[in-house]
Amino acid sequence: MFQSLMNIISLWALPAIILIILTFGLVKKVPLYEVFTSGAKEGFKVSVNIIPYLVAIMVGISMLRASGLIEALGGLLSPLLSHFNVSADLIPLMIVRPLSGSAALGIFSDIAHNSGAEAFTTKLAAVMVGSSETTFYVLAVYFGAVGISKIRYALLAGLLADVISIAAAILVCNLMF
Amino acid sequence: MNYIFYFLIVISIIAGAINGRLQEVVNSILTGAELSVKVAFSLIGIMAFWLGMMEIAKKSGLVEIISKLIKPITKRLFKEIPETSPAVGDIAMSFTANAFGLTNAATPIGIKAMEELQKHNSDKKSASNAMCMFLAMNTAGFQLVPATVIAVLIGAGYKNPTEIIAPTLLVTTIAFLSAIFIAKLLEKYWKPQSHAASDTIDGGHR
Repeated sequence: MFQSLMNIISLWALPAIILIILTFGLVKKVPLYEVFTSGAKEGFKVSVNIIPYLVAIMVGISMLRASGLIEALGGLLSPLLSHFNVSADLIPLMIVRPLSGSAALGIFSDIAHNSGAEAFTTKLAAVMVGSSETTFYVLAVYFGAVGISKIRYALLAGLLADVISIAAAILVCNLMF
Repeated sequence: MNYIFYFLIVISIIAGAINGRLQEVVNSILTGAELSVKVAFSLIGIMAFWLGMMEIAKKSGLVEIISKLIKPITKRLFKEIPETSPAVGDIAMSFTANAFGLTNAATPIGIKAMEELQKHNSDKKSASNAMCMFLAMNTAGFQLVPATVIAVLIGAGYKNPTEIIAPTLLVTTIAFLSAIFIAKLLEKYWKPQSHAASDTIDGGHR
């Protein structure tokens, strides 16, 4: 019941938003086509504007992942985390999650296939991936789009929330599964 | 950002040298640079579409209506932003898109919200409190249904993948609320943007 309701909502969310925007616009006599295209013109500019910011962050993250530092950190953390039923396989996932969305998804698929779909590790990994965002990417894109270089405490706040999210995932999964 | 950029690259080079993976690190510069252009270019079309849609929503007054609905929440979270600003509506739309896992729509709308927030920013190079709050909430990644994760679980042969929805929702809510709390806390103790900014924005309320 809950599941099918959720599926329906996920499927209909986008079409519903588009229908509401267009119908409301028509009722209010907005020249839809002209207004749409004049707004859409900005799309190219914004996308191109964020390239330098994306390059700076994504090259840095790509280098960090290639350097092997993440695996080394994992080795340091694993004795501590094994106390909480957290397998060493999950450590790269935790570190990569705020850095790269596609890499995190890759590691997650790996865990799901290697540990078995019903394993506690897989469930914990699923919750970790599903309940967090790619902090660095979001910061680079959003701040890049408006040309902000002094980000103040935004990164700190994002990363602290990520740490809390990991801790909460471990706690909740230990209680539920 | 200067330090983050510096340390990300310097630490990678040093760690790469220690681990004997310096060649991989050098190669990754090209991969990373290529990937960022790919990401930016793949955004152009969908960005144009949603910016066009948002323009209609703004002209028709829909954004204004949504802003009024969520005013009680945004008033507390984004104190510096006037209640009538289009930023409020954009922020609301962006979280709606995020909550439904519509990443394609969420990014363009989120950027739109940032542009509106930038109009109220006194120092255009430095992030305002409202921007930090908006991004902290965004990076917490609040989402009702983690569709991609469920797809991977089904692919791996998980019989009942929807049982992770409830724990994920619980965890993401905890993260979302802590992000708001942390941002509010840091806002108080972090040094203000500049004197001019803190004077005009706070108006001496605190």
